[in-house]
Amino acid sequence: MTVSIVVVSHSENIADGAAELAAQMAPDVLVLTAGGTADGRIGTSLEKVLAALDHAAGGDGTVILTDLGSAVMTAESALEFAEDPAGVLLADAPLVEGLVAASVAAQGGADVQAVKRAAEAVRGPSQNSGPPPQREVSEGSVTGQGPDFTGDFELINQAGMHARPAAKIAGGLSALDAEVTVNGVDGASMTALMTLAAGKGSVLHVEARGVDAERAVNYVGGLVQAGFGEP
Amino acid sequence: MVLDVNWAVKWLTLCAQAMAEHRVELIELDRAIGDSDHGENMDRGFQAVLDKLAEAPPATPGAALKLAAMTLMSKVGGAAGPLYGTAFLRAAGTMGDAAEIDPAGWAAAVSAARDGIVARGKAEPGDKTMVDAWAPAADAAKAAADTGGPEVLSVLVAAAEAAEAGAVATDPLVARKGRASYLGERSAGHRDPGAASSALILRAAVGAAA
Repeated sequence: MTVSIVVVSHSENIADGAAELAAQMAPDVLVLTAGGTADGRIGTSLEKVLAALDHAAGGDGTVILTDLGSAVMTAESALEFAEDPAGVLLADAPLVEGLVAASVAAQGGADVQAVKRAAEAVRGPSQNSGPPPQREVSEGSVTGQGPDFTGDFELINQAGMHARPAAKIAGGLSALDAEVTVNGVDGASMTALMTLAAGKGSVLHVEARGVDAERAVNYVGGLVQAGFGEP
Repeated sequence: MVLDVNWAVKWLTLCAQAMAEHRVELIELDRAIGDSDHGENMDRGFQAVLDKLAEAPPATPGAALKLAAMTLMSKVGGAAGPLYGTAFLRAAGTMGDAAEIDPAGWAAAVSAARDGIVARGKAEPGDKTMVDAWAPAADAAKAAADTGGPEVLSVLVAAAEAAEAGAVATDPLVARKGRASYLGERSAGHRDPGAASSALILRAAVGAAA
């Protein structure tokens, strides 16, 4: 079971197209669409959003992504009416980039909060409101004194760090209980990884803190050394 | 005159009439600074409200407004759907199961509607939105209810007149919220369509009591 995602757009075509794009990178994630009005016009419909939320209910939670302003308002109204709003989060993120990042995180097994964060991280930390979420640190682990595990891995695949490898790394790391940076950027953020523009032969320096730190470093190392399954 | 369920149904019926009559005018206003669908959306939304009222006649003013809220949220399509839906829903909340609304009750309903619109749309007075009609209407209704007697008509009139003046006052403003804000300075010189339809709604509340 993974977190499901609801796309609320003014246009049925935009909602369906965005969901199609997400499905390419996250085939196992339930992405439901509420695009356009009930009679096929441009606009948003409370009925459609409620129907999508109803369909999505019963899983590990739902994250809503929206396009223009009134889609946000319709989604917020839907939350006022929803049966179980606790499991439903509204992400403040650009629709297409946010949806891809959220889907990839959900595909990797991230929980509903982490999926929302993944969507919102595409804006970059400078535009996020409020402090970053605090992670619980398990007893006995040492923090503030450097990473628990590190690794350096050379990219061997021809294309280097492009969208699919970034999605694989970010998706898997989202599901682990570890703070991971790759060459200084958030390893759980697909878009941050892509901004590294790391080509073949580049070395990825991975630093991880937290319970799953060792697994996280091994996960990235395994992917990189296997060339992400690419030539 | 008492504001009972018959008044509430007549109010919503007059809203539907006003939206049909001013459909083209609202479309023109929205074409200038928005996406030109406001008149169409409001007309369709309130026609759907009429259908629902006929299907399931409400027992109280609050029930009538709640039914209107749900219908507008589902049928309007544009931003006005969730905004007016929230406004009517919050107003209905102040009325509860009451059979009649007194002057203070109407003032409370308009204030709650304004608060709902502000909460949903995150707009402030002066942003060139429907808040510019509802905020002065809420203040005027409260002032009239506080100083007036038991006669409710004067409170309805005070809200409607303040909303109309507020709508006119949006003409020179530069939009800071909604689709018109993409136009920046070019949005000045046009009346905000949402403020205009808000004034029609509050004027219809007077007509229903006349």
